[in-house]
Formats: sequence, C-alpha cells, structure tokens
Amino acid sequence: MSAADSKTIAETAVEFGLKPEEYQLIVQRLNREPNHLELGVFSVMWSEHCSYKSSKAHLAKFPTTGPRVIQGPGENAGVVDIGDGQAVVFKMESHNHPSFIEPYQGAATGVGGIMRDVFTMGARPIALLNALRFGDPAHPKTRRLVAGVVAGIGGYGNCVGVPTVAGETNFHRGYDGNILVNAMCVGLADTDKIFYSAAPGVDLPVVYFGSKTGRDGIHGATMASAEFGEDSDDKRPTVQVGDPFAEKLLIEATLELMASGAVAAIQDMGAAGLTSSSVEMAGKGGVGIELNLDMAPQREEGMSAYEIMLSESQERMLAILKPGREGDGRRIFEKWGLDAAVIGRTTDTGHLVLTHRGEVVCDIPLGPLTDDAPLYHRPWVEPHAEPHLDPASVPAPKDWAAAVLTLIAAPDVASKRWLWEQYDRHVMADTLEDSATGADAGIVRVHGSKKALALTSDCTPRYVAAGPFEGGKQAVAEAWRNLTAVGADPIAITDNLNFGNPERPEIMGQLARAIDGMAEACRALDFPVVSGNVSLYNETGGVAIPPTPTVGAVGLIPDYALRADFASMKPGDALLVVGASHGELGSSLYLRELFGREDGAPPPVDLEFERRNGDFVRGLIRSGLVSAVHDLSDGGLAIAAAEMALASDVGVELSPTSQTHAHAFLFGEDQGRYLIATSDASVIVAAGHLAGLNIALAGQAGGTDFACHDLFRTPLARLREAHEGWMPAYMGGA
Amino acid sequence: MKAAVIVFPGSNCDRDCKTAIERTTGAAVDLVWHGETALPAGLDLIVLPGGFAYGDYLRCGAMASLSPVMTEVKTAADRGVAVAGICNGFQVLCEARMLPGALLRNAGLKYVCEPVDLEVVNAQTRFTAGYRDRRQARMTVGHGEGNYFAEEETLDRLEGEGQVVFRYRSNPNGSARDIAGIVNDRGNVLGMMPHPDRAFEAELGSADGALFFQGVLASA
Repeated sequence: MSAADSKTIAETAVEFGLKPEEYQLIVQRLNREPNHLELGVFSVMWSEHCSYKSSKAHLAKFPTTGPRVIQGPGENAGVVDIGDGQAVVFKMESHNHPSFIEPYQGAATGVGGIMRDVFTMGARPIALLNALRFGDPAHPKTRRLVAGVVAGIGGYGNCVGVPTVAGETNFHRGYDGNILVNAMCVGLADTDKIFYSAAPGVDLPVVYFGSKTGRDGIHGATMASAEFGEDSDDKRPTVQVGDPFAEKLLIEATLELMASGAVAAIQDMGAAGLTSSSVEMAGKGGVGIELNLDMAPQREEGMSAYEIMLSESQERMLAILKPGREGDGRRIFEKWGLDAAVIGRTTDTGHLVLTHRGEVVCDIPLGPLTDDAPLYHRPWVEPHAEPHLDPASVPAPKDWAAAVLTLIAAPDVASKRWLWEQYDRHVMADTLEDSATGADAGIVRVHGSKKALALTSDCTPRYVAAGPFEGGKQAVAEAWRNLTAVGADPIAITDNLNFGNPERPEIMGQLARAIDGMAEACRALDFPVVSGNVSLYNETGGVAIPPTPTVGAVGLIPDYALRADFASMKPGDALLVVGASHGELGSSLYLRELFGREDGAPPPVDLEFERRNGDFVRGLIRSGLVSAVHDLSDGGLAIAAAEMALASDVGVELSPTSQTHAHAFLFGEDQGRYLIATSDASVIVAAGHLAGLNIALAGQAGGTDFACHDLFRTPLARLREAHEGWMPAYMGGA
Repeated sequence: MKAAVIVFPGSNCDRDCKTAIERTTGAAVDLVWHGETALPAGLDLIVLPGGFAYGDYLRCGAMASLSPVMTEVKTAADRGVAVAGICNGFQVLCEARMLPGALLRNAGLKYVCEPVDLEVVNAQTRFTAGYRDRRQARMTVGHGEGNYFAEEETLDRLEGEGQVVFRYRSNPNGSARDIAGIVNDRGNVLGMMPHPDRAFEAELGSADGALFFQGVLASA
C-alpha cells in the first residue's frame, strides 16, 4: 500500500481510469472520500467493460423480446426456447486486449470466460465459435498472434471437451495494433432449470468455489477499457492465466450442484472477479452482502483485501445456496477436488460490507455501484459514409483467371484449415456440420432428438467502415442468411460490438449508427438480441480499429434430415441465383484485392427481399428440391460458385447474363442472395417467379474445371491449390 | 451385455462412449468414477474414454494410470475382460503398462482434428470382429499426443504377433509404422487413437465405429 499512500486518493482514482468528475460523484454518493479498496471497487464497476456507460443508451434500441425469448440481455447469457421443454443459452464476448498482449492466454481465457457465462445459467456448453480479426498478414506481429490465439482457443476448448464448430477470420491492417478475439459459447438447458444471479433473499450463505484467488488479472476490466499506448507489453501482468482442466471440473461440479437443488442464485467470477459477482448478485436481488475475505481460498499468502477483490483469477464461481444446503455443496466440491468456502451472507443493509483480518475494510451502498452508475449520452456525429459506386466505373480484370485465383487465395477467403484442424470439432458426438464440411453454419444435434442448432458468426468490417448503418444491417442479415442457407429458422442473436474510443464523436457515431442498422434488421427479420458484449477503446496510438459489430446467431432446425450444405452439388445440376443482382462493387473484395481500393458504399440490404428470398430458399430445402445452397457474400457469385465446386469436388460452368458488366455479374456483392444447385431448376424458377422473386440461371455443374464462357477456365485442382495453399504457406513452420 | 466407461477428472468422451455403445448395441452402460475401488459385476467391456484426464498434466495419462479404479481394471483384464482405451484412454493404458510403448507429441507439433481412413490389419481380435468382411474403417482423430512410439523389437513383435490392429492409410501424427491401434499379447486389451465413439451414425460422417462396439460386445 505504500505506493498508494504516497498519493492522494483522488490521484489514485485517475490511475484507476476514473475521470475527475466520476471521482467527485463517488465522494458525493458516499458523503466522504472512499478508501483505496472502495475506490478499486468503484473503478472496476464503473469501467466501460462492466457498466456499459457509453453504450447503454444506444443498446436500448435493440429488440430483445419475442415469443421464444426466455431471458434477454442483462443476465450472464441469453436464453431462448427451442420447444420440448428445452432452451438454448448463448453469448459472445471479446477478449481483445488480453489477446494482443499475450495471445495464448488471452484467447484461452476468453473461451473459458464465455463458457462460464453459459453454464452459470444451468446449461451444458455444447458448441463454441470464434470470430477473429488480425492485422495485415505482412505486419511483423501478425503471424505470432495468429499462432498464439489459435493455440490458445484449441488448448482450452479441446481440453474442456466442447466442440469448436464454426467461426470467421479476417485480416486487415486496421487491426495491426489491436486484434479482435470474440468467442461465443452455446449451451443447452431445460426451460424449468434455468439459474439466475439475483440473490433471492437475506441471510443466505454465499459460497465461493473453484480455483484459488491469486494475484493475476488485477484490474483487467480497467485495462480492457483503455486505449493501448506504447506500453502495451508492460500490461502483461493484467492478463489472466487459464486452466482448462479446472474449468472442466467446474462445469461438472456446477451442473451437479444445480441438479442437487441446493442453488438459489449463481454467478461466475469474470471481469472484476469477486467484486462484480458479489455486487451484481446482491444488487439485482435488492439485498446487501457481507463477505469475510479471510475465508476466500487464496493461492498465496499475505494478499491484501484489494488484491482479493480485484483479482481476475480464472475458473471461480460464487453461489448463494438455499438455507441449510451447505452439505450438498461440500460433498460435490470434495468429489471434484475444488476449493470451496462459505465466505459470507446476504443481508438486508443494501450495502457491500467486506471484512479482512478482523476489520471492516469496505462499507459502501450497492446502488451507486450498479443501477445508479454513471450513464453517458456521449456526443456523436454522423460518421463518414462512402458514396455509391457506379459498377461501370470499376475496371474489368485484365486476366480473369488470375483474378479468380487471387480472390480465392485472398487471406479473407482462403481456406482456414490450418487453424480449424487444431480445434476439436467432434467431441460430444453431435456435430453434423463444422468448419470442414462445407456449410454456411455449424450444426450440432440437440442430443437425443431430431432437432439441431445452426450456429454462425458474421460481420463484414469493411462494409461497416464504409457505411456504419448499412454495414450494421448487413452483419445481422448475413447471419440470418447463413442460418437460412442450411435450412434453419433463425431465432436470435448475440452481439459483440467492437469499436474505438467512444469519447471521440466520430467513433461514437459509428457505434450509434451501426446499432441503428442492426436494430432495424433485427426488427425486420424477427431476430431479437438476447445477449451481448461491448468492447470499446480498441485503439492504439489514437488509431481506431475498423468498426466491427460481430453478430453471433442461432437457428433451429426442426428435423436435421432436412438441411443443406454447399458440398453436395451433383454433376448435371443447374445453378440458380435467388435474389436480385445489380452488380454492386462498392467496398467489395474484388475492389480491395485486385485494385487496392476500399471505396464505395457497401451493398444495400433490402430487408423485405432478404426475408422473402430466405423464406423461399428454406422452403426449397425442406421440400428436398435442392442439392446444395450457399449464400453469396465476399467475392460474389464467382467465389460462392468456386467454394461450392471445391467443397463438392464438381466443376462449374458459369454463364453471365447480359444485364450487367461481366465483372459486376461475377464479383458484385449484392445482398440477400443465395446460390442453389438443383436438378429441378424449372420447378424452382417457376415457383420463384410465382412468389415474385428474382431468380436466374447462373450456370451448370459438371466436369473438372471452374469456368465462365470464354472469360476463364481453371482446373479445380489449381483452384484448390490456391484456396488451400495460402494459410499453410503464410504460417510456415509456426 | 454390460459395459462400463471409466470417468477420470478431465475425461470428456465418457458420455459419448456411453451413447455410442447404447445406441449401437443396446448394452447397459455404467459410468464409473475413477475413485471407485470396485467395478460393477458381470462386465463384458470396460472403456477408458478420451479427454484430458488430470488435464494431461505431468504426462498424458500418467496420473490417471494411478487412479484407485485402475487396480480393478487391471484385475478385470487379468480375468480376461475386454478393456478398450480410446485416445486419452490409450495413453492411460500405456502409462499403466497394460500396453507397450508410448504416445508422443504429434510429429507436426500441433493438435490435429481430422477424418482418418484406417486399415483393419487384424480382424481376428475381439475388438475387430465387426470388420471381418471389409477390413477398412473411417473415423476421426482429435489429439495432440497420438504419435505411437515403441522400440524396434517391440514394433516387430507387435506386427509379427498380429497385435497391430488398426493402421492409418495417411499418417496424421508421425506414428511408428502408421500404427493407429494395438492389442496386448492376450488380445483382450486394446488402445487406439481414432474415435469409434464419434463415428457411430452416418450423419456424424461415418458409422464405421458402430462395428467396433457391436463386434466386441457380440464376441462377449
């Protein structure tokens, strides 16, 4: 404490990331100066990470209810009814800052943290996804970060035994100084056995269980709420260290404890550790809480109350048990070899009271920490949005075959086999589609039933950068489309909003407008937001990342026999494009990868046709009329068809229509479109026209070449070499 | 027919094995906690499942091989009960010296999860009886330490005595002589890295693993 003693408490507040006016607010609420520990508690609870103080006003725009929604945002994870007394429980969360500083542990603990959010609700985790954004492949740090993050995700998820079934990986120089690691976990629970964090009454035992508390990760939430400067490497001590074995024991013990009927409320210790878990449980329950910190299991001797409260040691839980049920807890924790202790009780004081070594070291009202925390309506300006780009102004490629090969091998499109082969995709023996199988979404069976869940993660940051509103819409629409393309009913999303410093009006404008766009798409598609996470201050040296509102989405497949992938195209199939093609090339991959240009408005999303086209395609899948389906996204028709050809190992001959320029036809990224392969083309075209939809013949399957008329002809083997070759070559011996 | 699947702290394929056996054979399956000092009576098959027993700390399988229940598993094996170690279970059996050799870090130094085509080298064992008419199987692997190693004389003996039962057609991990699975000299203890418990229904990509469980329990 000597360092702290030499400063005034107000000076320390600044060091803890509090603004001077926020400090004044604390003094006002307490009617006195806080002590060092109390200040620590305030600073983490009021951090952006825990309080959502900059984003809350905008997040309120999301639709969060619906006939299936059991629990929307505000709990550890969202809960959605999937029929038969079952619910899917899911959330996505970022671990950006820690992963940049220490990629293996940062990514590993990101996976661990999001799993705890899900099993805390009473769900067994059944699938993991991840959305990764790295810097320019040519940047000196990128390769090491990729290797570390991938090893960390695999090292943790594989050990715990939850399959990693889907994800996305982008590279852009905008992430050179601040990568994004967003992890999503999906769990399965019974609707009548969902657990919540609100303390249900007073004088109930508060039990700590799991790993011991150490000095790691102290003030992690504060670090996650600040920009990076030159000193980012010095922040390594704020990164936590994960132990997936402890997590596996924690999952089993938690689910067993819940099944025993002893649990009244439960909360994991995530960001801000014991502080946020105890404050949130008591705050939500409208009670007080009293903890004796001497009872908390500790990894080292002589830890201060401050260190115990602020530690972000991993794999820890806090539970409030029903009266007299401590014995059940003791039996289960002993079986699983977990540390556990009754460390306090709920009270009727409305205060957080902490004692340590026989003294009261903290006594503060809970109100100002939670409901009464600062809320900002930060000033924002309409963010920059690119003007529409006339397709006619974009040149055609000089060499068409080379253009196709360049795009199929572009870092954002190339096969990510190198990374997903390091993830266990099959444990739990319910995986139907994963990163390897060629489908627009991962699919896992609902154990023991004909139902399955389709899972995807989507965002096209270059679109959001070029037009936050349309880009936000597109992220939601693409997730909806990917679920539809496998035959699922899209049911709900979780979001992970990654942006720069909200104190800058331009950044705040990106956040506000992206949320507007997302909310509009969610409403139009009946696709409520049930959980989410906001990660701000993703900047280094004053340069913000491209705005990246990642959407994690879940769909329900009533009978998994009636689903689709893009790996089952048959020779002789006709290829049809469902949805209108205008040849939108603004902010397209074609423009970026071939001409180094990132200009032009993103393709607009017509939400009415998004829905009608999707409902039509889902109907075709359930009628068994299609052999393969793929959404049209990065690289347009040419890349979608190439991916379908590669996954199916069947050639494709594309036939351009005369309506648009050939390069706009092939590479345009118009939204709301699907590529389908079918032997019943005439039936489908007739049905599509009857439904008032745009549907056109785009080619034919067969042979061993990928070709388009007299424009290009490339053997599939060559295409495959380009697609599969980029990442192993890039990672070399890493 | 009756089977038991041992659950170590950190096992994560215990429920998968139970499901696979129940669905493919109809046998009753007990999950048995590693701390038990007795096994259920009348077992025809004991499975040591995949996962990361004790977090794979120290060495894969090293601590699990000393679990109380392993004494009972050895006694049962001595009595002739079939014991199958899959993935992490194979590692435990090697550490327990119930099978020769060891499983080293993959030659590529990375965890590898991919489908593998297997040659059924010896279809005369109780574990491979289901493959008599086809001699091949497709399953998946998922491991970081599946690189089978033994001294040359041991490898020669294993091959000479028909104790190599599964071989990779395309070696994913650097295993000596492409070995994917072996049995002990008595033929009632098997270790394999590929997962029949993840390939027991066509929609999982392959149903070939069903023949494994059906074969071993039919011969019981």
